[in-house]
Amino acid sequence: MFWSACKFNNGNKVLPIYGSREAVTKVVNGQKVTDTVYQTIPAFSYINQYGDSITNKNLDGNIYVADFFFTTCPSICPVMHRNMLTVFKAFKDTTGVKIISYTIDPGHDSVPVLKKYADKLGISGNSWWLLQGHKNETYQIAKSYLVSVQEKNGQGEYIHDGYFILIDKQKRIRGTYDGTKPEDVNNLIADIKVLRAEPVAPAAK
Amino acid sequence: MKLKIIFGISLLLAVLIVSCQNEEQLEFTHYYSSGKLTYQTKCQNCHGANGEGLQGLIPPLTDSAYLKLNKATLACSIKHGLKGKLTILNHSFEGEMPASDLAPVEIASVLTYITNSFSNKLGTITSQQVETDLAKWK
Repeated sequence: MFWSACKFNNGNKVLPIYGSREAVTKVVNGQKVTDTVYQTIPAFSYINQYGDSITNKNLDGNIYVADFFFTTCPSICPVMHRNMLTVFKAFKDTTGVKIISYTIDPGHDSVPVLKKYADKLGISGNSWWLLQGHKNETYQIAKSYLVSVQEKNGQGEYIHDGYFILIDKQKRIRGTYDGTKPEDVNNLIADIKVLRAEPVAPAAK
Repeated sequence: MKLKIIFGISLLLAVLIVSCQNEEQLEFTHYYSSGKLTYQTKCQNCHGANGEGLQGLIPPLTDSAYLKLNKATLACSIKHGLKGKLTILNHSFEGEMPASDLAPVEIASVLTYITNSFSNKLGTITSQQVETDLAKWK
């Protein structure tokens, strides 16, 4: 019966885990154990707006929100970052919550350009990093965030998704939100609170 | 009899004045409402639903004094874009607003919307006015 799979909604929201997954069977203490291995964000190495090297290790133990943008974007980036600013203001004094924005135009968006952008946006401190790295690496890592980005088209425009991706401490994808819609971004803020309250499961071995 | 004629004429005048006002009002409403749609699809991402701009990156559209002072060049700025330093509400902005492919009538309606929203009040900017301004400024 289908309905029997539905659990009573007791108000305790649990966020889903997105991405591909596979069942891995191992022998532990002589017993066969099957575990689900979820898609995670792979290792990366970037430079932030302060010129500091930032890798996946700098995000260990953090919940974070990621997006992809470029500073000269005339279309959706301003509205995305107007909305991301709401997320920033909600959590800037909360340890363990970070925001990272990968530039998809690293040729133009150098460290000083990113710093100037951050200053004008009114963000300071270390809770929102703007990251510059190798273009190919960024395009690859976008896929692991389930975000689509493409090279410049004939009109010199980059076509890219305006999604905000919520990543948990185990680097798994726990939510995707349309960064151009304020109501979606309110859901993101609520989900970050849910995720922060989630008991940390023992890491899959 | 005389009184009747005077009454009749003044009634006629009153009707004419009211319908004239109505026509103006109608024109404004027409420009304003189609301008709102254009604003939402072409301007709002950057300038915001309330014309608030984006921090130090994108200027707000709430500087009535600036809009009034630059009324004649607004159409040109929308058509050909805007580049360089700009002082809006005592804040300095630099950057670039891209050119647009809007027709004069669309520029007129979006300008009517902008200059009569966000506590601005400059009245209707007609398509003819935009054509005149575009011919004058490049």
